[in-house]
Amino acid sequence: MADKIKIATVSLAGCFGCHMSILDIDEKIIDLVELVEFDRSPLTDIKQVSECDIGIIEGAVANAENVEVLKDFRKQCKTLVAMGACALSGGIPAMRNHFTLEQCLRESYVNGTGLENSCIPDDVELPMLLNKVYPVHQVVKVDYVMPGCPPPADMIWNLLTALLEGRKPEFSAEDIRYD
Amino acid sequence: MDYTDTIDTCEFVDSCVEPEKDTSLLLQYLIQIQYRYNFVPEDAISQLQHSLDLDVAHIKSVISFYSFLNSSFQGHYRILFSDNITDRMLGNQSLYEQLKTSLKNHKVDIGFTSCTGFCDQGPAMLVNGMAINKLDSKRITQIADLIQNNQPLELWPEGLFVKEENIQRSDIQFNSKAGDGKGIEAALENGSDAILKILNDSGLRGRGGAGFYTAKKWQFCKQAISNQHYVVCNADEGEPGTFKDRVLLSTDAHSVIEGMTICAAVIGATKGLIYLRGEYRFLVDKINEVLQKRRTEGLLGQNILGHQGFNFDIEIHLGAGAYICGEESALIESLEGKRGIPRVRPPFPVVDGYKNKPTVVNNVETFWSVSRIIVNGSHWFTRKGTPQSTGTRLLSISGDCERPGIYEYPFGTTLTEILKDCGGSDAQAVQMAGAAGTTVVPSGFDRAMSNEDLSTGGSFMVLGPQRNLMDLLQNFAQFFKHESCGFCTPCRVGTSIIADVIQRFKNAQGCEHDLKQLRDVCGLMNISCFCGLGCTVPTVFLDALNQHSQMFKDLMKTDSSTPCFNLEESVSEFKQITNPSGRGL
Repeated sequence: MADKIKIATVSLAGCFGCHMSILDIDEKIIDLVELVEFDRSPLTDIKQVSECDIGIIEGAVANAENVEVLKDFRKQCKTLVAMGACALSGGIPAMRNHFTLEQCLRESYVNGTGLENSCIPDDVELPMLLNKVYPVHQVVKVDYVMPGCPPPADMIWNLLTALLEGRKPEFSAEDIRYD
Repeated sequence: MDYTDTIDTCEFVDSCVEPEKDTSLLLQYLIQIQYRYNFVPEDAISQLQHSLDLDVAHIKSVISFYSFLNSSFQGHYRILFSDNITDRMLGNQSLYEQLKTSLKNHKVDIGFTSCTGFCDQGPAMLVNGMAINKLDSKRITQIADLIQNNQPLELWPEGLFVKEENIQRSDIQFNSKAGDGKGIEAALENGSDAILKILNDSGLRGRGGAGFYTAKKWQFCKQAISNQHYVVCNADEGEPGTFKDRVLLSTDAHSVIEGMTICAAVIGATKGLIYLRGEYRFLVDKINEVLQKRRTEGLLGQNILGHQGFNFDIEIHLGAGAYICGEESALIESLEGKRGIPRVRPPFPVVDGYKNKPTVVNNVETFWSVSRIIVNGSHWFTRKGTPQSTGTRLLSISGDCERPGIYEYPFGTTLTEILKDCGGSDAQAVQMAGAAGTTVVPSGFDRAMSNEDLSTGGSFMVLGPQRNLMDLLQNFAQFFKHESCGFCTPCRVGTSIIADVIQRFKNAQGCEHDLKQLRDVCGLMNISCFCGLGCTVPTVFLDALNQHSQMFKDLMKTDSSTPCFNLEESVSEFKQITNPSGRGL
């Protein structure tokens, strides 16, 4: 077991769609687990990331907890990969950047229909929301990116096999064309 | 006037729309509606939709493009402080705060806008589109009182609206007279080939900044086969720090219009347009008076100067606050009533311009110079200047100097001499050609103003020794971010990234990663932007990186290559909205 490559994955402000795409590698996942061991990941439910070879980040950075988790990943992982549109450029979560945070919270928690005792939630257990949503590379250094919403399973497989074989992952223009 | 009701709006819109229902006048109608109601009501949009047979989406897209058009009512007064670096140097920020505080219980819309073209008499502002200059605390108090008493703008004291011309140095062009019809007479007598020859011999190059040979441009347009040609005067003087066109149009519109008429005679145009930037709306009546006078004198209209078949007339089109519309193809789009997005070139406007017809677009100063060259001959012009840049040109000088204003200089004059004349010899830098131009430091003051060396569209901003260069960069970065038309990604995103990075350095929070990103983005914009605006944005930032690398190093928080992300700052809004007690990071 000690020889296996260690991989950690996380979804920050994302929809887990990219993780679903990881699962879309279908039966190849059997080959994969022969080669790798999953550390922190929604697949393992381990809560803290430990030292890893590869970290894969889904989702944008939208709150203080996201920042903490992301910085942890950067610290623990030798190679960090941003996976999918939200991680790369902010994606859907970043659409709120066109409004102020207060406008967004008021729309949901104060002016929304069917609310009773409406107020902006401020329980200290809730992570603080950032003024604006950021892509991953604006908070930490990122080594590789996989575009797509979500990136297709084949692309994820290509990237992982390249990294496992010590090659630099490369995608053809065909691979990253979505229109 | 107050927004009253649907019937009033529809009647007003109907009174604006001309029977030809020309959709290219959409922007002009929207501007009229804006200034009547202080916004463009929904009722007006649907009325325009019906009378012009346009999509609502199209009309709204035009409204959203131009800074001076509002889609919601923000108050009876809309006050926009000019926010060029020269206005900031004169303290516009504290005046803004003062006015905001005085009017905090009043429904008014107070904000900032890009340079309004009064840098020699700033700080400046626009109230409902009308320019007020030389602001100080006393004037702000006066303005606040007028607004609190709901005084209509027409009744404000005239003294507030006084503008100065400030012509500080004259050379051959200011010292000669033109515009009385002699130039047109010469053009009609000698024929277009003779006129083109004079212009060609004079070596006159466009004064907007790009410096294309005027004779060549006219020649191309003349050769383009079409049943209609157009002459367009670019009076969208938007480059921060330029105000010479305002002075020319206000003191000598006759010459400018004569230059346009000569052009019409050469290329065979029957219609001309002056695209006047919205900031200069106060000039509309004045220019219209000149146009009317020339019509009665037979210098404009049918059979000009009794020459059978030479018909030419001019209309004024207003802009509405968009820097990009100074780019000639964006200007043409705007003339056609659309969003001011640059076109793919080629085809160039000389073959495919306004309404897809051959069009000459020249700067105000170019037409003004033409009127003089035709009367005085090419030799009169070429005895001044340098081989590649003949004659003289006007500089708009502002900033830290004793005598800001308009200066006419022969090309080839050194910066040292110019600085001595305007009383700015202790300058730490001169910003040549506006925000998109070059920053020249004292070691370069022996360089000359010319197309061979330092080309300029006329802007000359002096930075005194007490100034912080980072303030200049931050002001320009914000300006570009606001004025990028958003059509191409390198410019839309690039200007935002530059603004963010510069802001971090301004706050002494920069890092190595930022420096690299700034260089990368500048390099990318240089080669990949769609139009000249985007391609020239990087110049001022690259100049700073190359000439003042120590300044950037001093403003770094860390030298790591990790992006600097400040969590504390990033949650400031959330902490403000929610109860901050008991929360820590």
